[in-house]
Amino acid sequence: MSEENNILVKLNNVGLLQNHKWLVKGVSLTVKKGQIVTLIGPNGSGKSTTAKIAIGIHKNIEGKVEKFTNKIGYVPQKISIDWTLPLRVNDFMVLTENLSDEAINEALSLTGAKHLKNKSLGNLSGGEFQRVLLARAVSKKPELLVLDEPVQGVDFTGEIALYKLIKEISEKLNCGILLISHDLHTVMSATDFVLCLNGHVCCSGTPKDVAMNNEYKVLFGEQASQTLSIYEHKHDHTHSDDGEIKKN
Amino acid sequence: MFDDFFIRALVAGIGVAFVTGPLGCFVVWRRLSYFGDTLAHSALLGVTMALAFEINIAISIFIISSVIAIILVKLEKNTNLPGDALLGLLAHSALAVGLVVIGFLSFIRFDVMGLLFGDILAVNVDDLIIIWGGGVIILIVLKLIWKPLFASTVNYELAEAEGLNPDRAKAIFTILMAAIIAISIKIVGLLLITGMLIIPTAMARNLSDTPRKMVVYSILGGLLSVLIGLFSSLEFNTPSGPSIIAAALLLFIISLFKIKQTIQLKN
Repeated sequence: MSEENNILVKLNNVGLLQNHKWLVKGVSLTVKKGQIVTLIGPNGSGKSTTAKIAIGIHKNIEGKVEKFTNKIGYVPQKISIDWTLPLRVNDFMVLTENLSDEAINEALSLTGAKHLKNKSLGNLSGGEFQRVLLARAVSKKPELLVLDEPVQGVDFTGEIALYKLIKEISEKLNCGILLISHDLHTVMSATDFVLCLNGHVCCSGTPKDVAMNNEYKVLFGEQASQTLSIYEHKHDHTHSDDGEIKKN
Repeated sequence: MFDDFFIRALVAGIGVAFVTGPLGCFVVWRRLSYFGDTLAHSALLGVTMALAFEINIAISIFIISSVIAIILVKLEKNTNLPGDALLGLLAHSALAVGLVVIGFLSFIRFDVMGLLFGDILAVNVDDLIIIWGGGVIILIVLKLIWKPLFASTVNYELAEAEGLNPDRAKAIFTILMAAIIAISIKIVGLLLITGMLIIPTAMARNLSDTPRKMVVYSILGGLLSVLIGLFSSLEFNTPSGPSIIAAALLLFIISLFKIKQTIQLKN
């Protein structure tokens, strides 16, 4: 970690060209310790690609990535466990690092998945699996947590609970979080910075405080309005169907 | 009954079973059975090279199998052919070229059947040293790369993101595959090696709910197959390599009843 400003990862004008097509281009962002950065954008806009560039899965990239930590916890967007591999939650927890039984229990309890410990990974429901994925990522007490759509497959109440949990984790571990949200307009209120991607950075800023927004409160309830915020896009351009950029 | 050659055969078979157990698990998990087959087919070329240049057969097989593995990786990157087509291309080309080269080596008496199906009863002390020495090295290396290899088998990106260097583990594993084929060719022969890797592991899958159990059962299955196969081969005068694989098949069939039981228990 760079001492003076607590930066964990810094992307400087990065891009990825694959099969003669730019998946993302010209993205710059920084995640600092204790900060939550949220990426939003439509499907295929390069959110996951950007996250994978940040943690070094994509290597042949343009631009520069500076990583100041190696303690990374990653929750990928899609993960399919093959039935040929007999794997229980317990085995999955120690996949990338050996942990004590206490550490495993602690992480599983934190995400409310302790009762699943001896279950086979193949028998979990979507929501249970997300909790296990999250528990595994936080169990090694990472400095940088990268969460690719961690609330997918979880119902609305569960979503609120998971966002609360992510906020708790961020406070408890004081780690930086790079969060990818599947929703275009609502983000966690705890988010410090939002980037809206569509092949490039369309706009960025801080989310609007919706605790004040009565309409939203009526729509989603008091609890939700404390956890979720509306992000107001400020685009100065639009995209045509083939992704071409048109200035307004 | 315990003639000297038979004890050597037993010791050799047991040594191989200890190594094929854990490696076989990765072959099954990573869907590499056809890859194993391709390396085994190319072993024939390795044997002919060994005879032509008078070098150790195991070392020669190891080198040729590694070369074939490298060629495969290059072809995968530079052609538009699917992986299984490339594997078939390499497997049968290597086999054909190997047999053609044997044709040129007419001055050497050559037991092709022993090569294809194993000749465990002709194992000598040098072979035992290669099997046990090579086997120990393979297991130590596998133990060292276990974490990154297993993590990337479950999910490549997780392993990569969390700094485990899965590409290096995969490359080392490929070399281990070449090595196990080199040391076990005399036991079951090049046509049956993949069977020795896969069938005990398949049996183990039916009995296991954790990866560790699967590795342990896979080793036990291999050991039992060697014992049953060799003793029955002595008793009924059947070829030893195929007898070992047939014994493994028998164990697999028995393990199917266990699955049926667990499924019934669940319902």
